Amino acid sequence: MAKHPLHNVAIVGVYNTKQARVLDGYTSPTITLEAIRGVLQESGTDAKDLDGVSIGGGLLNTGQFTYLLGAGPAWRGQAEGRGIPAILEAASAIATGQCTTALVAAGSANIYTQRESTAPWTRPSNEFVASWGLFTAAEFALIARRHMHTYGTKPEHLAKVAATIRNNGHINPDAIYQGRGPFTPEDILASRMVADPYHLLDCAMTSEGGCALILTTAERARSAKNKPVYILGGGRDGFGPSYHHPPAFDLVGRSDKSYPLGWVGRQAAERSFGMAGINPTDVDVCEFYDPFSFEIIRQFEAFGFCGEGEGGDFVMSGTIEPDGEFPITTDGGLMSFSHGGASVQLLQRVIRGVQQLRGECKTNQIEGAQIAMSTNGGAGALFTDLMILGAEQP
Amino acid sequence: MSATRPQPNTIPLPRPSMVSQPFWDSCSRRELTFQRCNQCQGVTFIPQPACTHCLSTDLGWEKSKGKGSIYSWTVVWRPQTPAFEIPYAIAIIDVDEGYQMMSNIIGVDPKDLRVGQRVEVSFHKMSDEITMPYFKPTGS
Repeated sequence: MAKHPLHNVAIVGVYNTKQARVLDGYTSPTITLEAIRGVLQESGTDAKDLDGVSIGGGLLNTGQFTYLLGAGPAWRGQAEGRGIPAILEAASAIATGQCTTALVAAGSANIYTQRESTAPWTRPSNEFVASWGLFTAAEFALIARRHMHTYGTKPEHLAKVAATIRNNGHINPDAIYQGRGPFTPEDILASRMVADPYHLLDCAMTSEGGCALILTTAERARSAKNKPVYILGGGRDGFGPSYHHPPAFDLVGRSDKSYPLGWVGRQAAERSFGMAGINPTDVDVCEFYDPFSFEIIRQFEAFGFCGEGEGGDFVMSGTIEPDGEFPITTDGGLMSFSHGGASVQLLQRVIRGVQQLRGECKTNQIEGAQIAMSTNGGAGALFTDLMILGAEQP
Repeated sequence: MSATRPQPNTIPLPRPSMVSQPFWDSCSRRELTFQRCNQCQGVTFIPQPACTHCLSTDLGWEKSKGKGSIYSWTVVWRPQTPAFEIPYAIAIIDVDEGYQMMSNIIGVDPKDLRVGQRVEVSFHKMSDEITMPYFKPTGS
């Protein structure tokens, strides 16, 4: 018997298109369409059964795809396929009876064409940010630097995270950077500096791709083609717009309960663990968002897997390896699997969590995984969103 | 390593909004300003339509002495766009009047940057409309 309304929602379809540094011949709408076709087939869902849509694919959005799919009358997600917010929004709509079966999808291709600059979605336009030469690597570096100053976290700690995730991608046949490794922490530290303390290999790649998910009621999921994966909890923490204000680790809100930006995601995690009725130690696999290496260390601290300032030592002890207690980002993540623009890689952290709980990962399948935690965002962008997934309905 | 320098005036320059125009006008006069609330005396930066402490719209502009210390920093070696010359140092500065702002630190060898380092504003005119408030190590 479900204890939280979200427990009545299941993910019954997940699909990634081919991912590549550049997807020749594709546009954002065409790769999104390929993802939609793929997830309908993968899940055995008849497009006629869709009555909820949340899609972002550049020129085509939720409204246009709703028409294209003939899904009307349909619930329309305002988060337009943008990662965990889109999935939680669709799940909430299902849990409250606004729709029964929702499609969430995103795709990106042929957007990053000016290669002499950093990717367009990494560059802020705000007048108090852009003219100082900021882009995402620098924003996130300002967070990491402050943690290093306060707690003595070292570049070697960051390099251990990057090497671990990149090695997960190295062995994954679906990862764009399959076969690029294996990497040692020394390899990460030897790569050229991008924004101190971040070396090239501490940073996510840029790429193109599409992906999609299908959510439905737990009741309908019982007759689904795939093993359903349940939503145990989820939440979203933000401190403001991304890339407008100084990403100061110690930024706090006005509430007495506010904690520093450096731990953004803590409130969402505590509430999500509460919804799920579990503790961090119950998590079997951590499909954490990895835009930059330090963000993994920060999330372990923010979510309570270890104490504040202990994240550096925590990741050095074998904990985050595929055979460790808390394996991270098992497909290679944004660093090695794919980072397809503004939305795709956000959804893919949840997709990988679902694949782990279905037990169908080609590489790094965590034996007997029952609970996965998937995350989006980071302190450099002033937000962290997360979901907890379960192999069984609570 | 040579010291960091101001950027050329071909970088994407700030485009002031109605709210921020007074800030950029004061930079052109080589004055660093911030908003202080006439109701609660709280300091607000970057420029906002209302006080971030009490939501009052009764905000006044006040002049900063232009001094502070580095709260966090990074040195960029892969520029945002080719318009920027590398390396450049980005910092969050704890300004002495009690707010934080981002800027570039000029006149510093990247290997000498430290959290807590004292810095002071150093204006550089980019156009008739825009003068950038860079910071440099105090006394340099």
